[in-house]
This record gives sequence, C-alpha cells and structure tokens, in this order.
Amino acid sequence: MFRFFLGRLGLLIPTFLGVTIVAFGLVRILPADPLELLAGERGMSPERKAELMRQMGMDLPIWEQYLAYLGNLFQGDLGTSFASKRPVLDEFLQLFPATVELSFCAILIAVAIGIPLGILAAVKRGSFIDQTVMGTALIGYSMPIFWWGLLLIILFSGILQWTPVSGRISLMYFFPQVTGFMLIDSLLSGEKGAFLSAVRHLILPSIVLATIPLAVIARQTRSAMLEVLGEDYVRTARAKGLPPHRIIGLHALRNALIPVITTIGLQVGVMLAGAILTETIFSWPGIGKWLVDSIARRDYAVVQGGLLLIAAIIMLVNLIVDILYGLVNPRIRHN
Amino acid sequence: MSTSPKADSSALVEKLERESRNATRAMLAEFWYYFSQNRGAVIGLAVFLVLVVTAVFAPLIAPHAPDMQYRDSFLVPPVWQEGGKWDFLLGTDPVGRDMLSRLIYGAQYSLFIGCVVVFVALTGGVIIGLIAGYMRGAVDTFIMRIMDIILAFPSLLLALVVVALLGPGLMNAMFAIAIVLQPHFVRLTRAAVLAERSRDYVVAARVAGAGHFRLMFKTILPNCLAPLIVQATLSFSNAILDAAALGFLGVGAQPPTPEWGTMLAEAREFILRAWWVVTFPGLAILITVLAINLVGDGLRDALDPKLKRS
Amino acid sequence: MTIRTTLKAALLGASVIAIAATGAQAKTLVYCSEGSPEGFDPALYTSGTTFDASSKAIYNRLVEFKPGTTEVVPGLAESWTVSPDGLEYTFNLRKGVKFHKTDYFTPSRDFNADDVIFSFERQGKKDNPWNTYTEGATWEYFDGMSLPTLIKEIVKVDDNTVKFVLTRQEAPMLANLAMDFASIMSAEYAAQLDKAGTKANLNQQPVGTGPFTFVGYQKDAVIRYAANQDYWGGKQKVDNLVFAITPDAAVRLQKLKAGECHVMPYPAPADIAAIKTDPNLQMMEQQGLNVGYLAYNATQAPFDNPKVRKALNMAINKDAILYAVFQGSGQAATNPIPPTMWSYNTQIKDDAYDPAASKKMLEEAGVKDLSMKVWAMPVQRPYNPNARRMAELIQADFEKVGVKVEIVSYEWGEYLKRSSAKDRDGAVLLGWTGDNGDPDNFLAVLLGCDAVGGSNRAQWCNDEFEALVQKAKVVTDKAERTKLYEQAQVVFKEQAPWATIAHSVVFMPMSKKVSGYVMNPLGGHSFEGVDVAE
Repeated sequence: MFRFFLGRLGLLIPTFLGVTIVAFGLVRILPADPLELLAGERGMSPERKAELMRQMGMDLPIWEQYLAYLGNLFQGDLGTSFASKRPVLDEFLQLFPATVELSFCAILIAVAIGIPLGILAAVKRGSFIDQTVMGTALIGYSMPIFWWGLLLIILFSGILQWTPVSGRISLMYFFPQVTGFMLIDSLLSGEKGAFLSAVRHLILPSIVLATIPLAVIARQTRSAMLEVLGEDYVRTARAKGLPPHRIIGLHALRNALIPVITTIGLQVGVMLAGAILTETIFSWPGIGKWLVDSIARRDYAVVQGGLLLIAAIIMLVNLIVDILYGLVNPRIRHN
Repeated sequence: MSTSPKADSSALVEKLERESRNATRAMLAEFWYYFSQNRGAVIGLAVFLVLVVTAVFAPLIAPHAPDMQYRDSFLVPPVWQEGGKWDFLLGTDPVGRDMLSRLIYGAQYSLFIGCVVVFVALTGGVIIGLIAGYMRGAVDTFIMRIMDIILAFPSLLLALVVVALLGPGLMNAMFAIAIVLQPHFVRLTRAAVLAERSRDYVVAARVAGAGHFRLMFKTILPNCLAPLIVQATLSFSNAILDAAALGFLGVGAQPPTPEWGTMLAEAREFILRAWWVVTFPGLAILITVLAINLVGDGLRDALDPKLKRS
Repeated sequence: MTIRTTLKAALLGASVIAIAATGAQAKTLVYCSEGSPEGFDPALYTSGTTFDASSKAIYNRLVEFKPGTTEVVPGLAESWTVSPDGLEYTFNLRKGVKFHKTDYFTPSRDFNADDVIFSFERQGKKDNPWNTYTEGATWEYFDGMSLPTLIKEIVKVDDNTVKFVLTRQEAPMLANLAMDFASIMSAEYAAQLDKAGTKANLNQQPVGTGPFTFVGYQKDAVIRYAANQDYWGGKQKVDNLVFAITPDAAVRLQKLKAGECHVMPYPAPADIAAIKTDPNLQMMEQQGLNVGYLAYNATQAPFDNPKVRKALNMAINKDAILYAVFQGSGQAATNPIPPTMWSYNTQIKDDAYDPAASKKMLEEAGVKDLSMKVWAMPVQRPYNPNARRMAELIQADFEKVGVKVEIVSYEWGEYLKRSSAKDRDGAVLLGWTGDNGDPDNFLAVLLGCDAVGGSNRAQWCNDEFEALVQKAKVVTDKAERTKLYEQAQVVFKEQAPWATIAHSVVFMPMSKKVSGYVMNPLGGHSFEGVDVAE
C-alpha cells in the first residue's frame, strides 16, 4: 500500500513542476501589460515604464524570472498582489474558506439528492419515474449555470423576495472571523438570527453550484446500480428470496457506491470551475470571484498564484480519490 | 499460411481490412437499430437537425438582419406582451435589434463553435493519442504528463486565462476551449490503441508488413471510433457551454456578434426591466446543449455493448 | 492583520452594532459600494473606489474641495500664502487636530508639519525608506502629474508651518494638493509600524484625521468605520459607516429597495426611470466632470484635413447614442471640457447632425470610398458606459455617408498602449474624468503638444491652441485664465480633432431616510455630514 502511495506521489512531482511552468508561462509570455493599466487614460512615459519594469524584475530574461519564481515558491512565497500589495497566499487563505463553504454545501446537496434519485431511477428502471428523473438530470447537466443563477435571482430574490441577492450574511451581524466559515462563525458568535441569515445567503448559490454535480451523480448512481443489480451475487440474493430493500441496501448499494465516490471526487474540479461563475453572479467573496477580478485587472501574481493553488488542490483531491479507490479495490494497487 | 509471403501478405492485409469494413457496416445497422429505440435520442437528433437547418438558412428564415438597429424600437417586449409589435416576435434588444433574428443567427455561431472546437480537439487529440499509444516509452510518458498538466486546471479557468491574455474574441475563445478539451481525446485514443495493438488483427497486419502509418490510421483507428464519437458529442456540448460562459464573462465573442452567451452578458443590466433579453438567449443555449446531450446519450447506449445486454 | 487584532477589531464592531440594536442613539449608514478597495493608502492607487474607502472617509488634505464644488478651501491648512513669483506656497497648519485612536495605534501628539513632510516625501523621494514600503509600490498620481519635477523641496518652517518650493509656475498647484493622493498620514504611526517591522500595515490598517475611523475590512465583502469622536470638523451625525461591497448594479438596487443599504452609486442606466418613481427612494443627479470622445489621428490622411473631421462629426447622431448607450444618463458634448467646469465656453455651437451635408463636405474634400477603423474600449467607464454599442451606432451612422467602418478592440492595457502610438490607425473611442477640476487637467493633458504619443490620442498639436493653454498655465488670475481657455475651446471646435460625444450624468439613488448627502463633481463619494433618519 505504501509503495502504491509513493508511486502516485512520484507521478505528481513532474506534473506539479509542469503546472508551475504553465502558470508562470501563461501569465508572463502572452502579451498583456499591467503597467499600462496602472496609468489608465493618462498613459505612462517610456522612462517611467522602464524604471517600473526594473523595479519589478520584469526586465530580466524570462528563465531567470522563472527560477526566481520557483525559488520563492519553495519558500512559500507566491508573490505579491499587484493591486492590494499583499502576499497572494494571505489573500488566498482569507478567501478560500468562503469557496470551501459554498462548494461543501453544494456537494452535500448534490449527494443528498443525487444518490437517492439515482437509486430510485435504477430500481424503477424504464418507469415514468426513471424517465422523469433522468430527463431532469440531463437538463441539469446541460444547464448554462450563469443563466440559471440569474433566473433564480429574478424569481427568488426579485419577485418572491425569499432570499437575499448576494453576500454571505446580513450586514446587521458583525462578529469575529474565527474559522472563516460563516455557518460556524455565526454559531460561535452567539448572535440571534446570525446562523439563519448565513443559511439564507448560502442557499441559492449552493443550489446553482450543485446543479451539474447533482445531475452527474444521479446519472452515475443509476448506471452503477444497474450494473450491480445485474451481477450474479445480486441475482443469487434475489433467488434466495431476500426482500428487495435488503438487496438494494446491503448488497447492491455498497458496491455501486465505489464508482460514485470517484465521480464525487472528480466533481471538485467541476466545482472550482463552477465557483468562478457562481461567485461572480452572487458576489460571493471567494477565490473564483477573486480570480475573475484579478484576470480583469491583469494582476499577474494573483493569477499565477491562484492557478497554481487551484491546480494543486485538484491534484491533491485526485490523489486522495486514487488512494481511497486503491484501498477499496485492491486490484488497482498492483497495476 | 502461405508459401509466397510477399504477394500473399498484401492480399492478407486487404482481406483483413475488408472483413473489418464489412463488420463496420453490420455494426452501423445494429447501431442505428439501438439508437432509434431511444426516444430521447431521436428527439434530440430532430431538434439538432432543426437547429442545423436554422443555422444554415438563417438569412432566409430570420425576419431581420441580426445587426439592424431599429432606432424607434428599443427594448420592445415580445409580441404577446403589452407593447409588443408583430414585427418583432420575441421583442428587441437595447439598441433595437430583433431578438428572434439574433437568436437565429446565434445558432450559426454556436454550431460553428462546436464544430470547430471538436474538429481541432479531435484531430489534435487523436493524432497525439495515436502517437503516444503506438510509440510507448518516453514519448508516451512525456505526452501523458503534458495532458495531466492541462487536466490539473479547471477547464473554464484555464480557458479564461488563455483568452484574457490572448485578447477577448471568438477565435481565441475557441482556441482556448479546444486546448482544454483535447486531453480527453488523447487519453481515449491512447487507451484504445493500447488495448487494440495486441489484438490478433493488428499483430497479423504487422506481421504481414503494414507500415507504421497504415497501422496507426487504417488498422487501429477505425476500431477505436466508438468512444471517440461519444466523447466528440460531449465535447460539442461542452464547447458551446464554455464558449457561452466565456462570452458571459466578457471575453468570448464580442458584440455585436449575436453569440448567445455574449447576448446574455450584454443583457444582464436589464435583468429586472426586460426579462426577454435575458431569458431567450439562455433558453437557446439550454435547448441546444440538451439536444446534443440527448444524442450523445443515445450514441453511448447504442455503441456500448455492456448496457445493451442488461 | 494578525488574528488578534482582527478579533479585537471585530469585537469592537460587534459591540458598536449591539448598541445600535438596543439603544436608539447609535445610527449606522450603509453604503452599497461598487467594488473592493485595493488598499487604504490612497497615494498608491488611482481608482475612485479605493479613494472612497480611504481618502474620503479616513483622511484629510492640506486643502479640500468645498463639498459639491471644485473650489479649493482650507483643510488641515487653515490658510496659505503664495509668493509673488508663484514659486513658494506657505501653509499655516491647523492646531489641535487629533489622529484616530484605534486599537492598533494611540497618538501621543497632535497633527503637525512632520506629518505633512512624511506624507509627501514618501511619494517623491526615492531614498525615503517609505518610498518602497510595500512590494510593488508606485505613486501613480504623484508621478503621473509630474510632481517630482515640479516640487523642488518641502520645508518645515516650524511645527505648524510648511513651505512648498516649486521649480516653475503652476496655476493648478493648489487644486493638486486637494486631490486624494495628497492625503495626510501620521508620521508617528509610520514610525511605530517601522519599529514593529510591519510597514506594509500602513496600507491595511489606516490612521488618519478624517471624519471616520477605520474599524475593519473583510475582503471583498464589507468595510466598517466608526465616527471619529475627536474630528476637528465636529463629530458626524451617524455613529457607524458600513461599505457593503456589491459589484453588480442590479443587486445594489435590489439591496437598496430592500432597505439593506441606504445609498448606492452607479445605478444601471436601464433602472433610472424606475428608481425615480419609487416612493421610498430619492435620486440625486449631477453632471459628471468628464468627457467621452472619438479621437481621429490628426497626423494621417485624410484625417489631417479638419474639413474631413468636421464632416464626420456631422454624421454622428448623438441623440441616438445618448438614448441607446447612456439611456438618459448623459448629455451631448460640444466642448472638450464639461459644462460644469469653469471657463466652459457657452457661445460655441455643436456641429448639427446632418448626413446630407456631411456627405457633401466629404465629397468636396475629395474623400470617397473611405474605410476606417473605429476603436471600441473593452471596459465600462462613466464617460462611456458601453463603447461597443457606441461604436456600432457610429458604424451605422458613417455607413450612411459612405464611410465603411471596421470596429476593433483590444484588451484594456493593450488598448491604452496602442491607442497612444503616433502612427495609430483609425479613430479611438476614449474619454477622461477630471482629477482636480482645473481646465488645464483636460485641455493640456488631452490636447497639448507634449501629450502627443501619450494621452493626446488625436496626436493633434496646434500652435494656436498650444500657446493659449501654455499661457493659461502660468497666469494666476482666474478671469484671465478663463478668457484664454474660452479662446482655446473655439480653436478646438474649428479644428475638430475629436468628435465630442457626451458628458455623463451621474446618479445617486438613496433611501428617503438619508439627508445631507452632497454629490461630488469629481466623482468621489464622501459621507461627511450625512444623516440617516431612524
């Protein structure tokens, strides 16, 4: 097992180095000029520009810049934001909990609804229920979520006024950020109504972000269940006359869930991409919106650092999924 | 098998390939049978064909030119609503352009984006995948590491960065999306090649003296087509969604292009005042993507023998 | 911010809000701001969003713009004298002004000359340890307005007197010192940070003398301030000020309607009519101190011929642009400076929209089958809320007089760079928002010969115009300057290096409970003196 783990980790190192090259290269080589943005309509004299380039080390050969970047990286320095002049890592850590909170709720919704729906569809295969569930899932899977978010805002915040339009909590509340997770912090603060307010703010963005994973999980659960239900041991169990709910609950589900867990793991990347759109629509102060804003204002260091950190997170999650899968399924380990 | 190897071997290659062609024909018939059993897939295909016809004949169908501004008709609501005009069935946008005509022309863009992206990603992916799977060794490792690297980024984020830096625009957006979709084709092709290359017919073709090129493209590739077709359909809908998302974030197709995502971005400020400029483009995206995904599901089921059995 | 101070700041905020909930005395004003501030040291930045959150709320300057005008009045300097040669400005500082007392800083002395010198020398002196106190520090306004070459030295005459010595006469100098970058910071606080090794906090935990004290900032979400109890201008009527960061205009309006905030900036033009009729809201409006224009390249044929430029100007239907692009939140522009600015020449008539005459003029000038590029900015600006849409309208207008237009656009940084190039091809849509209310800030910056290849996008250098503007720069008598600028505008209109498109009208929707808000013609948002009814 340990060797399997080491092997997977060994594979990650060259990939990670490649990721640093991509993150660095994309942002540095392609033509875009953050210094021009600094000056705006006024423009900047060539002398001053040269001076600033020198100050920021942008006049060095590209490989020297890369090596310096890599060197800083291994000391935990991801650079300084062009706009806020603060370390990129600090900003990331400050905003990351908001994204985690949102993604976690979304995954929770997706799993809590997606798996039962998938099972239901599989058990009632070919029925009206199956068709409805799968049809809806396919619509969810095909949804342009930026549009979906706007529609929900129009309906629930605009017309019905049930939910707030944006933000993480009502401005009435102001309490210490202990964990960065609004749901936990609001409980810790002990302020009346704070938790409820946080939930109300979280609900629409979570639904929007959950839409695609929910559809994927429901579809995956259904097909995994169908496959397992056709296996010999399930047939045997059925032949032995075990009641259907026991067959599904005990035998089929446990085995069907293995590929579903992989699917859930793979949704993390989908989530982070979805967070870019969802956070933009709902002004959710997380890393998705941070990156979109930073791309818009050509904040080199933030885009670089953000790309790198997100890629690292996805790689890490994939590694964990891999290892879990290896634990559950020994055949993989020796491949 | 034979005593005169040279002449016979080429005959053998011919024969093997002919057999494979016959098998393909039989497969196609079987495939269509299963595909047409799937009601959703057929509906999806029908909708898709309607979209294609709409796109191709847009200049004939559309009641107005997509960029014609009617200066006396800014933000006219759809015809069934108070203040609507028969001239503009689905209303007009903030500069007085007919929504319906723009949506019709938008179909051109979405299908064009899908085709170009899939073509680029598929061709690139298949060639790279074939090389990786066929050559094995260091080349394979190198290629697959690069694919891993691309796949380590969320596709939309990578596309967003590439487009933002290349400069906003439809061509750049398509290019970026093709790049992020292409590793899937590489992986699929490579896996299929690895599985196929040790099969009897390939071994036989090689023993018979078929060249590398012929082996890769004429012998192995046709047998890996099924998963590639399914992936291509998926990529088609993904490309449309991603392009619309980039348009929505302001870096995709640029106005006045009637691309649906861009139309949506332009219309966002009217969300509370003119629902039609927000609702219709999104609906158009949803219907298109849904139709293609229905077809994709049908294709997958028809091509996947495992599901057919159960 | 360390966890401890965050906690403390947060607890302080919590207790303040708790009072608000129980007692009727404490009042909170919530402002739905349009974006996150980049930091809290205004001199490092150029965006209005950052100034609103830093200089307007937290800091003061030696001289200030009188609320609602661009007139310069005393601020931290009670009075000043200018030497007869116009090269020495001596400021008498206000006494007894206290810096903010916060949980991270307690001032031990009042404001004095050291603070003034610190505030400017950190920007101007390359060898000042604070010149690079945070990574990537640039002093955009200080450098951009050529102050490093203008200011020879700043002398501390005594604790309460400071003298600025200039290298040349500069009529707009006082107005410059009222700008956001000239905010006065505490030298004592800086010394404390230096000692603690946390210099970068100057940009994160601000200390000023202004109407509001900084309490805390949750990135991209909310900024909190409390009224400065010891403010030299008197304590504010509200006890707390909150900036709720809400980038989307439709969402801001939603929040305003729901009572979640009291004031919001930049409503979507589409919503303005509805806001005006809302019984719970009031709307203030003001002409913005800006201009949006289409700049030809006056060095390239056929646009080097004023007649061609003039003819094209006559082909543009500004009413349609105002309707479709500004949706009522703009007014047609005649001169390169906005009508609210002093010296605006009201005698000048705009070129009438007349495609037939335009076509004829083009023919007379020997222009036919002309095709040209029109550049559309990729970003939204107050002077041009939708450059793409504007370009499309101009494209359709030019088509009518037989001129083919190709619309081009680049990423914003590229756009700014490429549009400045002398050999640039085509006409550029761009604009300008005034910095300090001085006509020099428009006419010299945008149309002067020095600015060719830079902010003069028309690449237009006209001797007559240049002489007038240069003379107005060194004359100190305002009446005389006015005459010179009026004359310069006449020259501009005859030569037509730009098509002047529009000046925006700025709207501020707010709850009817809000009183005392004064709109700032320079575009900033200050909440000094604002009250909110219970």
